[in-house]
Amino acid sequence: METLLFVVLGAVAVAAAGAVVLSKNAVHSALFLLLNFISLAVFYVVLNAQFLAVAQVIVYAGAIVVLFLFVIMLIGGEAGRLTAPGQSIVPISAAILSLIFLVALAYGIASGALAGVQGPASEDVLAQVGNVQALGQVLYTDYLLPVQLVAVLLLVAMVGAVVLAKRPKT
Amino acid sequence: MTLTIPSVNMTALLPQIIIAGTALVVLMADLVLREKRALGILSFLGVAGALGAVAWLWWLGSVPSFQNMAVADHYALVVNIIILIAAGLGILLSLGYATHVTPHQGTYYALLLLAAAGMMTMGAATDLVTIFLALEILSLSLYILAGFNQADARSGEAALKYFLLGAFASAFFLYGATLVYAALGTTNLLALLTRSFRPDGPLLWVAAGLLIVGFGFKIALVPFQQWTPDVYQGAPTPVTAFMSVGTKAAAFAAFARVMIIFLPGSHSSWTYALAALAVLTMTVGNLAALRQASLKRMLAYSSIAHAGYLLVGFIAVMDGGMQAVFFYLLAYGFMNIGAFAVLVALERAGDGDVDATRARGLAARQPFLAALMALFMLSLAGIPPLAGFFGKLYVFSAAVQAGWAWLVVVGVLNSVISAYYYLGVTVGMYMQEEAAGEPVVVPARGVGLSLALTLAALGTVLLGLWSAPWLQLAARSAVAFMGG
Repeated sequence: METLLFVVLGAVAVAAAGAVVLSKNAVHSALFLLLNFISLAVFYVVLNAQFLAVAQVIVYAGAIVVLFLFVIMLIGGEAGRLTAPGQSIVPISAAILSLIFLVALAYGIASGALAGVQGPASEDVLAQVGNVQALGQVLYTDYLLPVQLVAVLLLVAMVGAVVLAKRPKT
Repeated sequence: MTLTIPSVNMTALLPQIIIAGTALVVLMADLVLREKRALGILSFLGVAGALGAVAWLWWLGSVPSFQNMAVADHYALVVNIIILIAAGLGILLSLGYATHVTPHQGTYYALLLLAAAGMMTMGAATDLVTIFLALEILSLSLYILAGFNQADARSGEAALKYFLLGAFASAFFLYGATLVYAALGTTNLLALLTRSFRPDGPLLWVAAGLLIVGFGFKIALVPFQQWTPDVYQGAPTPVTAFMSVGTKAAAFAAFARVMIIFLPGSHSSWTYALAALAVLTMTVGNLAALRQASLKRMLAYSSIAHAGYLLVGFIAVMDGGMQAVFFYLLAYGFMNIGAFAVLVALERAGDGDVDATRARGLAARQPFLAALMALFMLSLAGIPPLAGFFGKLYVFSAAVQAGWAWLVVVGVLNSVISAYYYLGVTVGMYMQEEAAGEPVVVPARGVGLSLALTLAALGTVLLGLWSAPWLQLAARSAVAFMGG
């Protein structure tokens, strides 16, 4: 059951990601991106990470894609502006590199190197204490420094946005 | 599930906290202070305070903190010193410069300090998560700083290019970190280092490759260097000076901490990939620098070449190469920021760039400035007894000891090529007439600029003539790095 779900969801996610790049209309691209984000959210639910799933939907699917759409509408780039790049070595070499990457990953999975290591948050623990508590506990103990660094990062982003948005006095 | 209070040891990150705190004070002071130059002086004092904190921590010894997310060992402290020197010199250069560039000086200094704090955290980080966040802090600050010259279209172009390509490179790094976690079950580098087995397998190969792309972008290795000339040219010159040194120091430091878990010996497969990158980086950087009309672009390509020399020493990481790399980075910091300081003096207000023709005949008009420029150029070319020569000497001898003689031959050949364009500037200043029709440049003056030039020149000469204390410092860092 889980495998079937994974295969279907994976196919949807990959197809949506491909459509983001391939569609000629920027609005369509944004909507396919939405589809991709939502299928990722379902992945999180399957993996017992309900909190992440909700955050994914609210932050990415909700806020970010809406922002994308606003920008696309504002600059009026929805129709046919995205032209295919001309003859160049870049797409071919990108395809070759991606293929190598795919083979390496597939080999990693097939050979069992991707077995992973079971962390402290097993399914039973999650059922007992709940998702938010387990996540919060890790964030405020082991990952205390990264949480504080994120605060600094957000400060930088905020200061930068204010500066860039101000027009120079002429 | 009870909550155990973690061991929060703030002292380990004291220099970073001082720098970030100064940034906040500067942001606030911007609102009340009328004399904006005071903001620069305040920032400089913050840097000096952080240097004091580094000295105190050095005396304390290795201080781990935050569940091994970061550590204040001698390795991290040496990185801090290099970055703080670069930041201090960058702030001194900005004292007279920032007024021409932007009305938002408080933000300018605050972002410069936050970038420095990010770089320093990157040097101290011992977890891939921490490294990534520190990398993002420094990158975001630098994207904005690169675009600070809003009157100049090139500055905006620089910011946009740096941002788009940088975001892409960050994604590579993040993917690599994810694969490390998938394969090994932890992102903590200290935990990985103390493991008995040496990890291997296709997944880690991919992971290491992705991580190399992520770091290679920040260090400006070929073929991830496309952004460098445009960004270095478009960004305000003091920012260029600061980032050319600070980013390299931070990225190399974290790079070494990450790669050591992939490098079981001095000739493992990854070192061959890195050696190929080093050859490419040195050669492409030097050949491109030969044909630049703009001095800022020339220094940008020369910084790519220097990243290549640094990578030669980096490849010998298991044989004490990091010690040589740190010495080189400090020498590079003084001589490169010095060269950019001369460019700051030669720029016309709001110009943002210096053509090579403008330096012609400089010796006749400004003998002192020309002499300093000649000093920095000779040091960058690696002429003894200046700092640049000893930097190259240590880096190359570390590589020879690790058995990379052919790589060193390539490096020395490249060094010869580079002498052509460095000496070209010097010859232009001393032996050529001023270009006809070019308006006479009145060099910028200022206490900050003079002080920065003096410090950079002193550093370049003293590191060459009297390198023992710093070498000992760097050696201590290498010991700490290997887990001693």
